Amino acid sequence: MNFDSIKLQYEIPANNFTAAGEIVSSMKKVLSHLVINPAVIKRVAIAAYEGEMNAVIHAGGGSVEVTIDPDKITVKIADQGAGIPDLELAMQEGYSTAPEDIKQLGFGAGMGLPNMKENADVLDIDTRVGQGTTVVITVYIR
Amino acid sequence: MKVRDFAHRLGLDVLDGNDGLDGEVTGMYVGDLLSWVMSHAGKGSAWVTIHAHVNIVAVALITDLSCIIIAEGVKPDKATLDKAEQEKIPVLATEMTAYEVCWKAHEILQAEGVC
Ligand SMILES: Nc1ncnc2c1ncn2[C@@H]1O[C@H](COP(=O)(O)OP(=O)(O)O)[C@@H](O)[C@H]1O
Ligand SMILES: [Mg+2]
Repeated sequence: MNFDSIKLQYEIPANNFTAAGEIVSSMKKVLSHLVINPAVIKRVAIAAYEGEMNAVIHAGGGSVEVTIDPDKITVKIADQGAGIPDLELAMQEGYSTAPEDIKQLGFGAGMGLPNMKENADVLDIDTRVGQGTTVVITVYIR
Repeated sequence: MKVRDFAHRLGLDVLDGNDGLDGEVTGMYVGDLLSWVMSHAGKGSAWVTIHAHVNIVAVALITDLSCIIIAEGVKPDKATLDKAEQEKIPVLATEMTAYEVCWKAHEILQAEGVC
């Protein structure tokens, strides 16, 4: 593939589910124009959407930066929320601190972080209690 | 089988996303845990859910689903319908339970040799 790297930037407002959906759809459109393997696009989309939802639900919103390079796609989701006190516990399938109203929307199954790990080639999480969380998802284009 | 014909044969109300009615239904999927649906539903599936909020459109888009079927008489939000129209994802509604939808869909899709 032959193009320079492309950067997309978005803000995720707090408690705004619609915005997170918009980001994924806009990102998906750009990726499909670049003729990237649909399976790769899907993995990026799932991981990015889970990350955005976490920023919306658990951290009062944040920002997303998508970088598309010829060999990989990187999605960086940063928030200034409360951070994750026990990341190992948070990574376990089924662990969730999501409130009941969020669960009723079909989120908060404690599968977000595990889903991100499964779909990313590299998942890097930098979280500090009281300061925020930055998640970097890398998916290689093969 | 086209979403248009599928909706007609099942007697589903087409609420929105008319531009997606020529998409092909290649299977069925049922579930209400969005993370689970995203990672398990196959491309082209008709997805039966009881959720009606706007996130279902994002899930359908990410998973390349052919349509969303909102069962049990649940009414979608306006934001959901607007977004579905924009993304060309048909939203179909019915009073049937998820079980009834799948049971009927199976007969139709099997007869058509889909699944
Ligand atoms: N960006 C974040 N900021 C603060 N806490 C988070 C963040 N992301 C995840 N968490 C914590 O990790 C838990 C597990 O996350 P996840 O696997 O996505 O499940 P869920 O979102 O369904 O609760 C969350 O319930 C929350 O306690
Ligand atoms: Mg989550």
